[in-house]
Amino acid sequence: MSFTKDRLRRTMLFIPGNNPGMLRDCHIYGADCIMLDLEDSVSIYEKDAARLLVRSALQSMDYGQQDGRTEVLVRINDLKSGGLTDLEAVVPLGKTLIRLPKTETPNDVLECEAEISRLEKAAGLEVGSTGMMAAIESAEGILNARDIAKASQRLVGIALGAEDYVTDLKTTRSAEGTELLFGRSMLLHAARAAGIAAIDCVYSNVNDEEGLVAQAKLVHTLGFDGKSVINPRQIDPIHQVFTPTQKDIEKAMAVIAALKEAEQKGSGVISLGGRMVDRPVVKRALYQLELAKAMRLI
Amino acid sequence: MNNQARKGFPQGDFSWAGLPALYGPYVPAPDAKSPDRMAQHKQEQNKILGSLEEAVRLSGLRDGMTISFHHHFRNGDYVVNMVLDKLAEMGFRDLTLAASSLSAVHDSLIRHIQSGLIRRIETSGLRGRLAKAVSRGLMDIPVIFRSHGGRAYAIETGELKIDVAFLGAPSCDPSGNANGYARDGEGIFCGSLGYAKVDAAYASKVIVLTSHIVPYPNAPFGIPENDVDYIVEVDEIGDPAGIMTGATRFTQNPKELLIAKTAANVIEASGRFYNGFSLQTGTGGASLAVSRFLREKMLAKGITASFALGGITGSMVEMHEEGLIKKLLDVQSFDLRAAESLKNNHFHQQISASYYASPGNPGTAVNQLDVVVLSALEVDIAFNVNVLTGSDGVIRGAIGGHSDTAAGANIAIVTVPLIRGRIPSIVSNVGTVVTPGCTVDVVVTDQGTAVNPVRKDLIERLAAAGIPLCSIEELQRKAEAVVGKPEPIRFTDQVVGVVAYRDNRVIDVIRAVHA
Repeated sequence: MSFTKDRLRRTMLFIPGNNPGMLRDCHIYGADCIMLDLEDSVSIYEKDAARLLVRSALQSMDYGQQDGRTEVLVRINDLKSGGLTDLEAVVPLGKTLIRLPKTETPNDVLECEAEISRLEKAAGLEVGSTGMMAAIESAEGILNARDIAKASQRLVGIALGAEDYVTDLKTTRSAEGTELLFGRSMLLHAARAAGIAAIDCVYSNVNDEEGLVAQAKLVHTLGFDGKSVINPRQIDPIHQVFTPTQKDIEKAMAVIAALKEAEQKGSGVISLGGRMVDRPVVKRALYQLELAKAMRLI
Repeated sequence: MNNQARKGFPQGDFSWAGLPALYGPYVPAPDAKSPDRMAQHKQEQNKILGSLEEAVRLSGLRDGMTISFHHHFRNGDYVVNMVLDKLAEMGFRDLTLAASSLSAVHDSLIRHIQSGLIRRIETSGLRGRLAKAVSRGLMDIPVIFRSHGGRAYAIETGELKIDVAFLGAPSCDPSGNANGYARDGEGIFCGSLGYAKVDAAYASKVIVLTSHIVPYPNAPFGIPENDVDYIVEVDEIGDPAGIMTGATRFTQNPKELLIAKTAANVIEASGRFYNGFSLQTGTGGASLAVSRFLREKMLAKGITASFALGGITGSMVEMHEEGLIKKLLDVQSFDLRAAESLKNNHFHQQISASYYASPGNPGTAVNQLDVVVLSALEVDIAFNVNVLTGSDGVIRGAIGGHSDTAAGANIAIVTVPLIRGRIPSIVSNVGTVVTPGCTVDVVVTDQGTAVNPVRKDLIERLAAAGIPLCSIEELQRKAEAVVGKPEPIRFTDQVVGVVAYRDNRVIDVIRAVHA
């Protein structure tokens, strides 16, 4: 399997790798991405079991990664503390992207990439076919975000891990997310400069839908692709936030119609209602329509 | 006034006018208002006896007869155990116990079956150790399982003849007017006495057991005094905590919510979501949660329901009080919120099991239903539903009104997770057929929705609304792809249960499992 850089990543559902019931069901909730976790949600005593479970889940379950419905990632442990064994368990299957935790420098990405390449070669997979995502969870990582984002062609995105990050900043998480303002902005710019996705952190209070929606609106406005979720109940509210209004959809459809008309005419200039339409407007319209399609609105 | 003295007064013979003879001329009773006669009235009105034993003796109960109970006290019931202990002490044998249902609190029945007190059981369901013991061949005669409507029908037709009904009532006056709550809120609450109403009306003798005697008249009443022969006051008839909890809570389980949401979408697109529609939902996580998503749709579209039926829950009451559901027809109140509403809300009506679902009653409420949302243990590719036996073949549930509402409602939706643990819920053949596939219209799982192919109208409507559909066979394949095919259950030849369909015909049998 090769990976796709450009796709919807409104939600990334975290699934503890040691929970068979959740591994069995995680694909039914409509999350754009599923992250099978071998790292923080799995206790040190259950790492081996989780690794075996995630490996066999990838072998036997149809999560929809083949037909592009879902992107599947495995969050490995730090390379020095079990991450290598994690890679050996899942990379040869060729069915998942790798999410690297606690990335601080471009070198972290490169080290992991080298191991992935080695395993791909040994398994007879095309070298470079396994995608990666890097999670940034420290001040050092945030400041290096730009170089991290550009460190490998395998990277499809970078994600913010807020718990470790705020601890590193010597603060705590607030309802408004004030403490994340710089980190989020920095990470977003790094991602966009590298042309990859930016994924926001989790919202831990699963029973506070209002708070979740407020944070989702904030990061949507900032420009993020999506948000990590720890409970399936958080998926729908976030998808709603990312859903364009009927008016936006109609406008986007008009833009695309104008584009097609211009293409037919062989004209380089797209005009809509007597006004010229810029390329960025077209790009935005395409994204809006993709979002609308994902909600079955068109 | 002396009628005889009036001129031309006929002597009680109206045959010349084509009328019956009546009883002859009226003769005034000289002691009509005498203190003695008044005292006698007072005494006759008082049906309270000194003890349960006395009531049993007066009822004329004999060995081999049929006794009945209701299950409005659910797992908090003390009545069944109290009465059976007394009957055992009095030396009865070979009785048939016909309860509207039995639960885990009735495990002590095992002892009474072994001793010979109880020879036969009829019920809606069995749970706990009793259910396991029956499944392992405890009884010589199979248990008859009936739906709530089917039981009412069997009682009405005389198929199930009750000799003595022992009916627990949270309140009762000395004349026998009994109800599931008391005016001033004291004592135990169970809300509706819907199942007991049928027993009271048809049993040869009716004994009400209550812990709360209230002054006459105990109005409104669930059971009228003319249906009651004897009253026994006891210290306790049930454990409030086991009878009901505050309000049935909505599930937080994301899978159940997903199923519920899909079911609500199905209802919205079914053509039966119109101003004045009617509905019933079960109490299972997903089926209960449907009402929450439906509520949003009703508010958005300005639609109200004419009535909600069945086991009534707090969520139905809230929608009623909000004006979204005009009337509540309550055969069984599922939580305290519902029981309180039955007392306080004028348009929350207590109904009997017969009114609810008897096939012998042409106007039965289930036949007026647009939509019912049901749950299931398993469903097969012919849409047959099992709610009685588990994946190990052991009895573990109750029919309730499942087959009644499925048959009556225009659209019967079964909500079920595709897989439970390692067990697929969509199978080739259900272990026990309770509700026939020809009455089931839609099966909603977390991984796909299948419509019974006979409902072409529904398939068209749902497809037009953009609801993704698949075949039931596809659901079965999906489940098996993940958990495989379970090994077949090993049964013996012994039949331990007979499942009666609501019309008194046998729809399936349950065999004993290998111990």
